[in-house]
Amino acid sequence: MTQQAGPPGTAGPARPLSQRRPFGDRTFQLITLGAGLLVLVILVLIAVTTTQQAAPWFSAEGWGIFGKTWNPATNQFGALAFIYGTAITSAIAVIMAVPVSVGIALLLTEVVPYRWARPIVYVIDLLAVVPSVVWGLWGILVFAPWIAKIYAHIASAVAGIPVLDDLFGSPTSGASFFTAGIILAFMITPIVTSLSREVIATVPAIDKEGAYALGATRLEMIQGAVWPHSKGGIVGAVLLGLGRAMGETIAAALVIGSSATITSHLFAPGDSMPAVIANQFGEASGTFRAALIGLGVLLFAFTIIINVIARAIVGRSAEQGSA
Amino acid sequence: MAVITGQQPNLQEAKGWRRTKNRIATVLMVVAFVLVVIPLVFVLITVVARGIKIISWQFFTAPIPPSPSPADVGGIGPAILGTFLIVGLATLMAVPLGVLGAIYLNEYGGKGPLARLIGFMADVMTGVPSIVMGLFIFSIWVLHFQFSGFAGALALGCLMLPVVIRSTDEMLKLVPNPLREGSYALGATKARVTITVVLPAAIGGIVSGALLAIARAAGETAPLLFTILTVTSANPNPFSGPNTSIPSQIFANATSPFTGAQDRAWGAALTLVVIAFLFMIAARIVTARFTRYSR
Repeated sequence: MTQQAGPPGTAGPARPLSQRRPFGDRTFQLITLGAGLLVLVILVLIAVTTTQQAAPWFSAEGWGIFGKTWNPATNQFGALAFIYGTAITSAIAVIMAVPVSVGIALLLTEVVPYRWARPIVYVIDLLAVVPSVVWGLWGILVFAPWIAKIYAHIASAVAGIPVLDDLFGSPTSGASFFTAGIILAFMITPIVTSLSREVIATVPAIDKEGAYALGATRLEMIQGAVWPHSKGGIVGAVLLGLGRAMGETIAAALVIGSSATITSHLFAPGDSMPAVIANQFGEASGTFRAALIGLGVLLFAFTIIINVIARAIVGRSAEQGSA
Repeated sequence: MAVITGQQPNLQEAKGWRRTKNRIATVLMVVAFVLVVIPLVFVLITVVARGIKIISWQFFTAPIPPSPSPADVGGIGPAILGTFLIVGLATLMAVPLGVLGAIYLNEYGGKGPLARLIGFMADVMTGVPSIVMGLFIFSIWVLHFQFSGFAGALALGCLMLPVVIRSTDEMLKLVPNPLREGSYALGATKARVTITVVLPAAIGGIVSGALLAIARAAGETAPLLFTILTVTSANPNPFSGPNTSIPSQIFANATSPFTGAQDRAWGAALTLVVIAFLFMIAARIVTARFTRYSR
């Protein structure tokens, strides 16, 4: 059919029109290609330029970058306390946010009728649009003073009990690892919810109907049909939430307490990688600044690895669902 | 939409423990939602209650006073100006580039390896912490030039770019192929088809996605810390000299011991939340009224 439209002499089916490439058309393609490549260029530039700026830290400390002591006054820049703080706070955030997020995702996909699902999604979207700094402001001025009392109660209740005392004992104020973890949990709930929901939505209706037809209750249907199909994708969603929690800066910077300590006490003030960058960068220069940028490089590396794994898992399970 | 009731036509209703377990599971799901609503409501009530007291026309326009000043002195005028300049510039850079990138992914790259790589990395890039973007622009721009609103816009633009690419890509995918084929059949080139047929067909979704990206960017603080160097004076020139923004002022005031500064932080927080909500509502309206193809 298309042969007719082509200029005479051009061979091959379906070619003529698309092969007639005026200059403007090719330029447009190149411009779009350039815009697409920008993503790769920016990612490479982030890695290269920040690593360059952090080089003095890497060369001065060597493996000492993972040392325990962070003391700008004596030029000691070991990042372990911040890596520890990031790990603890994001672990707390994930442990609290994941059951809630998956619960809401199941509520939206399997329980409530469509006309109720929309307002619920609106509420989750509202949660996502509250800026980090507003969470931080509320966290430090309202939430932390309030939860400090609860910490004190818990601490006096567990005083003397071996393991619990180490975890929940000796709170100093509301600003702590645990407070930061709670605030981070609020902040990552929307993304974990929406990704879990996407994954759960790909479960074939036939599987679900089959389970119901066998007389399963809704819970049994979820266990037997939804869960096996979507657990991979949910793991991916959880990892993405973990990546967000690790990189979340301002809220953590305000409520974590800013103290470079490694302790098992969850109610004690600590510090995390993004928080220390935000709080100390202004007064830093020389190796100090290089160390802070270096923390950013480590953070970039950690989050890229987690995101690549998570996206690969989510992408694969989504493809399985649509196939 | 048909009404889908939660009840399934079971021939035999589940009984006893099985039924109880099912009920417990349903209740737990509702509890999960309530657990999310409670903090959200608390945050919004606090922000509105404490912010509304200080908000007035003067608050939006007056210069930022020194921290110890009482709440009724000055305002956050320079921060509002800075936010509009910086977010505006970031939008001007990120939205066109993001749309073009998405056009490459969807119209030119197709399922080729390069397009798949770019799409995948755009997803990964949405997970890059915002503070890393700030450090990146500090390393590549601020060290060579200086602190400026434009540097902040670059950092926000880097954060918005993958978001815009992804949302636009989703919308372009929804444009039916017969539309493209129809215009090819009329002899149009690919660029013309894309610009005059595909983009207009998807414009509602694209604008809506961009508005959501703006709503997010307006609230970002971390990428601005080392790019605009929060100051208190108004700077209408985003290309030269340090600047300020609403979230930066909130961050600076949040740890202040002075109640006047804290009050201004709440007022600024209310302003910021309202701006973000307005963009979100605008996105909803655009979606509802101008989207031709949706999932």
